[in-house]
Amino acid sequence: MMIQELIFYAHSLVLVLAAAMVITVRNPVYSALYLVLAFFSAAAIWLLLEAEFLAIILVVVYVGAVMVLFLFVVMMLDINLVPLKEGFSRYLPVAVLVAIVMAVELLMVLWSKGRLGVDMFPIPAPNPEGYSNTRALGELLYSKYLLPFEVAGVVLLVAIIAAIALTLRKRPGIKTQNPASQVRVSREDSVRLVKMKSEKPREV
Amino acid sequence: MLDMLFYLLWTIAKILMITVPLIITVAFYTYFERKVIGSMQIRVGPSRVGPLGLLQPFADVFKLLLKEIILPANANRFLFVLAPVIALAPAFAAWAVIPFSDLLVLADIDAGLIYVLALTSLSVYGVIIAGWASNSKYAFLGAMRSAAQTVSYEISMGFALVGVLILGGTLNLREIVLAQQGGIFDWFWLPLLPLFVIYMISGLAETNRAPFDVAEGESEIVAGFHVEYSGAAFAVFFLAEYANMILISSLTAVLFAGGWLSPFEGVPVLGETLLGEGSIFWFLAKTAVFMFMFLWYRATFPRYRYDQIMRLGWKVLIPITLVWVMVAALMAVLGLVVKGS
Repeated sequence: MMIQELIFYAHSLVLVLAAAMVITVRNPVYSALYLVLAFFSAAAIWLLLEAEFLAIILVVVYVGAVMVLFLFVVMMLDINLVPLKEGFSRYLPVAVLVAIVMAVELLMVLWSKGRLGVDMFPIPAPNPEGYSNTRALGELLYSKYLLPFEVAGVVLLVAIIAAIALTLRKRPGIKTQNPASQVRVSREDSVRLVKMKSEKPREV
Repeated sequence: MLDMLFYLLWTIAKILMITVPLIITVAFYTYFERKVIGSMQIRVGPSRVGPLGLLQPFADVFKLLLKEIILPANANRFLFVLAPVIALAPAFAAWAVIPFSDLLVLADIDAGLIYVLALTSLSVYGVIIAGWASNSKYAFLGAMRSAAQTVSYEISMGFALVGVLILGGTLNLREIVLAQQGGIFDWFWLPLLPLFVIYMISGLAETNRAPFDVAEGESEIVAGFHVEYSGAAFAVFFLAEYANMILISSLTAVLFAGGWLSPFEGVPVLGETLLGEGSIFWFLAKTAVFMFMFLWYRATFPRYRYDQIMRLGWKVLIPITLVWVMVAALMAVLGLVVKGS
């Protein structure tokens, strides 16, 4: 299909460019926005693979929640870019070395025949009509992989509790409000109606 | 090739058939809002332009379009112009999966519900980018408030949707409506009453509407994130906000109030008439009711204090949704709610 290839290459191009921009642009807010663009392009490529659930969840979780918080923090930072660049020339040789090693490793994997090469991954066959990626995922997660799934959930719960526990601290000497008592306020707490007999002004 | 071209043109025509009425609805929604709030406050509302003031929205639109767009000094030009577009796009794109009736739906996809959830969570980007790019303290404060608020209320909104998923057994919006067949008491609002209420509250918070409109908060931070916007750019933000309100109203109708289904289904006398059968008119009527409620809230509730918004979201709504998701699961397992009955 020509159109599918067109969509794939267009989104791949945007994805690679955006990923490169994430680490090259100077402004961290731009970095975060390029990362959002990269997530979107990746989601589009997943859609082409008929993995619509994963694609949309990628957008919900990373773009809708994680990146919003990222932007939240990054926009509040007052970053001075000069000290960040100071060590650039000093670290350059090490960085180049690491980059070369990683590139060579990747190329070895990509060019090797028989184990992990590109020739080992044929173009995926289109799924039969009526196939639902959401249903397939759900059935696997809640039958075959039920235990790992539940364990992952518990691990995340522990992480949530730990994160909250880390931020809990008692600071003495600050004024706080007690919403419960504010909500419980009734009219009797602040207003007292006094019955009085009406009086005539005294005649002078 | 010709087939494909025809398909493309037909799809674009269908998209226009949704978006053009939507834009017109937004225009008259603003008129309706001013009239409704006016009569609630014993005023007349717009009454000068055209008969009964009906041409007021068009006068407003032309005024905004003809005004100059002022770029603040030191604003980030590109993002400043891009922000309204980012705010508008998801509000329109989400309409792709809304089922207007059994046959009238642009994209009848299996992951419709999370698609909607994804797009409603994107609308906050327009606000954040606008606030940051304006290079203004008020705009930035509004953006920060909006970001924190949206992320918080998304959770309770997501859990409310989980309840619908459990009873409906599908992510497809059309099938969710079909699962509610059988008259007004078979719709999901009854078994999921707490989630229904929480969904509407979260919808208010997601669209930054009163009483959760702290992102604008005109008495605190002037006009919040769009304080620096003028002319057409401001109009686009306005359009996005109202399109989002209509979207949330239609979603409430689809998820909790039986979409296009008739409330009198199964009543013998009505049978085959317009009242007894489901059609797009029922969908539009229900959406209109929820749209009216948005205005009603605005006219009757004072604005929340910011810390109390956070408390309500995290400490009240989320625990209730968690409990009711379990109740919904029990109802589904015990067969108390049978779908499509």
